[in-house]
Amino acid sequence: MTEEALPIPVLEVRDLVRHYRLPRESLFAEPGHVYALNGVSFEIQKGKSFGIVGESGCGKSTLARNVMALENTDSGSVKILGKEVVGLNFDQLRPHRRHFQMVFQDPYGSLDPHHTVGRIVAEPLAALGSISKAEKQRRVAEVLQSVGLKEHDVEKYPHEFSGGQRQRIAIARALITHPELIVADEPVSALDVSVQAQVLNLLKDLQEEFGVTYMFISHDLAVVEYLCDEVAVMYLGEIVEKGCTEDLFRTPAHPYTKILLDAVPKPGAGIRRDRIKLKGNVTGQTEQRIGCAFQDRCPMVEDICRKAKPPLDPVGDTHLAACHFSARLLEKA
Amino acid sequence: MTLLSVQDLTVTLATNDGPARAVRDLSFTLEKGETLGIVGESGCGKSMAALALMGLLPSMSKTTGRINLDGKNLLEKTETEMCRIRGNRMAMIFQEPMTSLNPVHTIGHQIMEPLRLHKGLSDDDAHKETIRLLDRVGIPNPKARIDNYPHQLSGGQRQRVMIAIALSCKPHILIADEPTTALDVTIQDQILDLIQTLVREDGMALILISHDLGVISENTEKILVMYGGAAVETGRTDRIFEELVHPYTQGLFAAMPRLGRARSKRLVTIPGTVPDLISLPAGCTFTDRCPLATDICRETPPPVIEVKGQHFVACHHVEEARARKTEELFS
Amino acid sequence: MVGGTMTLFLLICAAISLFWTPGSAYEIVIANRFLPPSADHWLGTDQFGRDIASMLMTGTQNSIVVAVVAVSIGLFIGVSLGLLAAARRGWTEEIIMRLSDFSFAFPAILSAIMLTAILGPGGVNSILAIGLYNIPVFARLTRGSANAIWTREYVMAARASGKGRLRITFEHILPNILSIIIVQATILFAIAILAEAALSYLGLGTQPPEPSWGRMLNEAQTLMFLDPMQAIYPGLAIAIAVFGLNLLGDGLRDVLDPRLSRKR
Repeated sequence: MTEEALPIPVLEVRDLVRHYRLPRESLFAEPGHVYALNGVSFEIQKGKSFGIVGESGCGKSTLARNVMALENTDSGSVKILGKEVVGLNFDQLRPHRRHFQMVFQDPYGSLDPHHTVGRIVAEPLAALGSISKAEKQRRVAEVLQSVGLKEHDVEKYPHEFSGGQRQRIAIARALITHPELIVADEPVSALDVSVQAQVLNLLKDLQEEFGVTYMFISHDLAVVEYLCDEVAVMYLGEIVEKGCTEDLFRTPAHPYTKILLDAVPKPGAGIRRDRIKLKGNVTGQTEQRIGCAFQDRCPMVEDICRKAKPPLDPVGDTHLAACHFSARLLEKA
Repeated sequence: MTLLSVQDLTVTLATNDGPARAVRDLSFTLEKGETLGIVGESGCGKSMAALALMGLLPSMSKTTGRINLDGKNLLEKTETEMCRIRGNRMAMIFQEPMTSLNPVHTIGHQIMEPLRLHKGLSDDDAHKETIRLLDRVGIPNPKARIDNYPHQLSGGQRQRVMIAIALSCKPHILIADEPTTALDVTIQDQILDLIQTLVREDGMALILISHDLGVISENTEKILVMYGGAAVETGRTDRIFEELVHPYTQGLFAAMPRLGRARSKRLVTIPGTVPDLISLPAGCTFTDRCPLATDICRETPPPVIEVKGQHFVACHHVEEARARKTEELFS
Repeated sequence: MVGGTMTLFLLICAAISLFWTPGSAYEIVIANRFLPPSADHWLGTDQFGRDIASMLMTGTQNSIVVAVVAVSIGLFIGVSLGLLAAARRGWTEEIIMRLSDFSFAFPAILSAIMLTAILGPGGVNSILAIGLYNIPVFARLTRGSANAIWTREYVMAARASGKGRLRITFEHILPNILSIIIVQATILFAIAILAEAALSYLGLGTQPPEPSWGRMLNEAQTLMFLDPMQAIYPGLAIAIAVFGLNLLGDGLRDVLDPRLSRKR
């Protein structure tokens, strides 16, 4: 078979653009826009975990919703198992949905309080068409067991569970259709540290067992480093650096990545060390600008950064960075 | 004299399901200019302890023990006296800067109010002082910003305003309850830096409360690790991180994904979940999740043992806990 | 519990009055007027010698029928419109909400008077008038609460699993706002009883000789000083009905919430 030589990526995103219109400030004013995604491209191979990190407002959650086809995409392409999903309407998408599922951040908000666990977990089966009741029960029991919950939990309601257990329920719901891709949007950031580790290990185990692919969104770099094979760093709706986890975390080629890594407090490192500090907040979500997205806050900024937008170019085998001075950064490291 | 000394502080909350001991027999001291970190997961009692210090606990709670500020027990003060102490001697900043600021008043108004009330400044002086404070907490262009409403500021800037309010009456103790949890890492970095600078310059004592061992370790001289309302490990920060002793502290540290840690190594997990304060055992609060637990742990509160200079652990099985590696402990 | 008992009591009264009353609610016996309570006439008689207890019981029928039908009209049309507005958003929502704003601009009783003036007084027309007034109340409430539910992550999760808007509306939105709607319904039920009483009081509702609480109050008003108990009985009946229904609403809300009904 020729297809084996060139496997189709589980997820392939090309030049994804999403701009939100702001309400008009006055009747005659041009409405403003939030430029949430400005041409994002990446692909994820089967069985891999792809991490997306960035601060609030960088567009990572918008990206998740667009990949999941939960809102309209302005332009670009999202292919899941080689099938284009952008432009399909809800009914056309339905039979395809079994292949990609999502886990949300808030273990309290993502489960309907009026439904039993059994009903919640079985929900995605709706997309599969008619399934017998016995088959449904069997699959629910099976998937609950694989996330470490008990069979008799199906009768219970979400409020009877702790945050960590609720997140297990949410993961069970995502797993029940045996999807190829699970998009997880900050799945552990609402959990306590001791519980977070349980859920992270569960995600790892499930990947080993079922070969599922993760698109894992998080603001926590340590969590992404632990779970992901590849990482993309986003800033203002763009990927500014991408590469395999080891390369990117050991030798960051974009100043933003380096600063993010530096800013993470490290236990046992003693009273604060000196490091590059980032000034100001994320700005510029509502304007389209010339040059580099990071120019306002970058400590290395020079004239060229304000004139020309740095392309996302290779700086290593599989390592890409969008900075005019990547080489300089890598030299120092 | 010791600035703040807390002895056997116990907070009991009346809930529908019975009394819950949110804080049990907590003792610590704080000298002038010292920084103390209280670390623990949700429901460990760290926020309750802070509220007890400020005298801000809800009315269905009962507080016993002693909180001595300059030798005087705050628990015996009347509400009017506490009002004078809050803000003047002790100030607190909270996790969510949006809800702790009143959305219908300008930030200037909210900073000026305590200045006029507590310090009796004239309008003009209060205005000048407010601009100075805003400048000090790093708000750019304070003269213009003074007329902004909270929603016009970013999360980090709102937390700066909260700090300005806390600083306005030059408190001796600043209590910061998860001040950066709602913020991005780079902003968290800025805010923690600001708090450090202010504490150093004003000689304030700081109580920093966080669930993040990293934040605590980088910003404090002393640590108090809490679990289920009780202190399980206390001491100088550097000593504690040299050797984590209590099974809970060991487990917590090993459960945290950390940058640069070998990726192939699995995270250690503490079995079970964060406890329910109502059904905790009478003895050690960690009994139900502890791999070393025996019958004595459940029934008798553990003794506090000094393992090294200024490093104390509350555990019945200190020797075993020290002898065994974390991975071995939780496998 | 208490609310349920009180409401049940009223329902039983109305049911019994269908085939039996202690006296006659219609028969006028001038000789027996203004009798004090006795074994024959439990609550005495009015100025025409009619049995007050029987009138109250028969009046319960009228009041309840008017209120049930009027609230049901508002409930079904209003909730459907509200759910539709929340599910479709955009123009659909705009039109529905502007229409309901428009109808809000007219005071309830005034529009009921207007309507009955056009259609003529009578039980059916007063039902219609009160029912129409209830539609925008439900529509507004439903849309508001439904919109809040639509932003929840579990709705997002349902969409991610390929469920359409209609299905989500019935599986997730409606159950989660049902308690709010039921509380509102019981409040409006009480208001409808009051409105019926008010319309009858004005002579626009139930027509004589059909007894109704409102008309009994109306007639008793002129006799306030002669026989105050005549005004107090129907007044008490209205108060019990309104109070009982409100309590019932609160009770139902608690029963419908799994968080409250199933303790750990």
